Amino acid sequence: MQPVIELEGVTVRYGELTALEDVTLRVLRGEFTALIGPNGSGKTTLVKAALGLVPLARGSAHLFGRNPRAPGVRARVGYVPQATQLDPRFPIRVLDVVLMGRYGQIGLLRRPRARDWEAARLALERVGAAALAERPFGRLSGGQRQRVLVARALAAEPELLILDEPTTGVDVGATEGFFDLLDSLHRGGLTVLVVSHDVGVVARHVDTVACLNRTLVVHGRPAEVLRPDVLECMYGGQATVVGHGDLPHIVVHRHPRTEGAA
Amino acid sequence: MDIFGYAFMQRALIASVLIGTVTAVIGVYVVLRGLAFIGAGIAHASFGGVALGFVLGIDPVFAAVVFCLATAWGIAWTASWSAVREDTAIGIFFAASMALGILLIGFVREYHVDLFAYLFGSVLSVTPGDLLLTALLAVVVLGTVALFFKEFLFLAFDAEMAEASGLPVSALHFLLLSILALAIVVSIKVVGIILVSAMIIAPAAAAYQLTDDFRTMMLLAVLLGNAAAIGGLLLSYALDTASGATMVLAATAIFFASAALSPRRRAAKRS
Repeated sequence: MQPVIELEGVTVRYGELTALEDVTLRVLRGEFTALIGPNGSGKTTLVKAALGLVPLARGSAHLFGRNPRAPGVRARVGYVPQATQLDPRFPIRVLDVVLMGRYGQIGLLRRPRARDWEAARLALERVGAAALAERPFGRLSGGQRQRVLVARALAAEPELLILDEPTTGVDVGATEGFFDLLDSLHRGGLTVLVVSHDVGVVARHVDTVACLNRTLVVHGRPAEVLRPDVLECMYGGQATVVGHGDLPHIVVHRHPRTEGAA
Repeated sequence: MDIFGYAFMQRALIASVLIGTVTAVIGVYVVLRGLAFIGAGIAHASFGGVALGFVLGIDPVFAAVVFCLATAWGIAWTASWSAVREDTAIGIFFAASMALGILLIGFVREYHVDLFAYLFGSVLSVTPGDLLLTALLAVVVLGTVALFFKEFLFLAFDAEMAEASGLPVSALHFLLLSILALAIVVSIKVVGIILVSAMIIAPAAAAYQLTDDFRTMMLLAVLLGNAAAIGGLLLSYALDTASGATMVLAATAIFFASAALSPRRRAAKRS
C-alpha cells in the first residue's frame, strides 16, 4: 500500500526548543491512525510538519509521495485544526464556514458556484449536521462545532482527513458519537489521522496508534502499543495503567493545562 | 435641503458618503481581525507624510499615501523578521513617524493653518481635487475588498486553516494592511489624523453588536458609517462645530446605542 503521509527523520525546532526529534512515521492509504501523547509532546507540530506548515530542521515530509507545499497537494487533505483557536464570537453562519473548505478549489478572485454550495451542503449532511446550516457558528455546542469543522474539511472532497484534538471541550457522550462519525468516514474509504490524548476512546476505534513524546515511542496496533510499560514510558510517573479487558485504561494524575499554548 | 445648494456643501456630502463607506468596510476586518492598534498607528504615521508633503511642496494627501503604505509594510515586515510582536513594532513606528513629522514641520517657514485641517479634519474645505483623489482611493479600497471578499473572510475567521488550504496568507495580510492604509489616508482631510481610527472602528463595532452574519455586519457597518458621517456633517453645520469630531461623536453614540440594543450581548449574558 502506498504511504499517504511519510515522515523521515523529522526534527523541528522553535528557536532553542526542540519540538520533534528524529521522527519517522508512515500512514498508509485507508488506515485509521491515532496520534497520542502527553501535552507538549509535539503532536500538533508533527501534523504541521506533515502539512509543510513548519520548517524542518532535519528530515523530510511527503504527502501522497510529494512535497506537501507543491501545488495541489494540500488540496487533497482535509485538515481540522484545534477549534480552541477560533473566535467563537465571529459573526458567521455554519454554511459559510463549511464553504471555506471549497476555497482551495474555487481559486483566487472567483466566486463560489452552485456546485460549491452543493458540496458544502452535502458535507454537512455527511456529518449529520444539515439542520445547522443557517445557524450562527458561535451559538453551537462544542460537539456541533467540531462536526461543522469536519464538514468544512470534507467539503474539499479530500483523500486524507487530519484532526487535531477534535474532542477537546466535548463531553463524553458526544466524544463517542464523534468517533463513530470518524469510523463511518473511514469505512467510506477515507484515510484518517486523529490527534488525541483520550487513549481510552481512541483504542476502541482506530487501526493503529502512534505514541509521541517529542520522538516517536512506538507505532502499531492498539493492543500491541497500549501496554503498561509503553504508556508509563510516555507519561512517566504521571499515569497509572489499569487493566481493563484486553485494552488498557490509563489514569493521568496530573494533567498540565498547557496544551495548545505552544 | 437648500444647504446643499452650496458647492462646498455638495463636495462635503459626497466626501462624507465616500468616507463613511470606505472606513466602515475596512473597519469590519479591523474589528474582526483585531487590527485596531495598527489602524491607529498608521493614522498617526500619516502625520509624517502630511508634513513631508508640506516641506516638499507636493499634495500632502499624496505624500501621506506613500508614507502610510510604507509604514504599514514596515510594521508587518519588522514583525515578521525581528523577535518583536506586531503591537511592539506598531508602537515603534507610531512614535517615530510622528516625531519625523514634527521635525519636518520645523523646516516649514510660516506655520501652516492647513496643517490643523489635517490633524483635526475639515470637511468643508474639501476641494474638487481632494474629492477626485478621495473617490479614486475609495474605488481602489472597495474594489480590492470585492475581489478578495472570500479570502479576507477566511483570513479573518481562521488564518491557520486558510494557510493550510493553500491561500497566500502573508500576501493577503499585506494587501489588507495596504488598503487599510489607503482608507486612512482617504479620511484624514475630513475626519483628521487624530480621530480617523474611531471612524474605522465605531461603525463596524456597532454592526458587530447587532448580527451573527458576516455579510449583514458589513451592510450594517456601511449604513451606520454613512449615518455617522452624514449626520455628523449636518450637525456640525447646524451647530457650527468641528466636522471630524462631530462625526466621531455621532459614530460613538451609534456604537453605544447598538451595544444597548445588542441581541448578542444579551445572548452572551444568558449563557
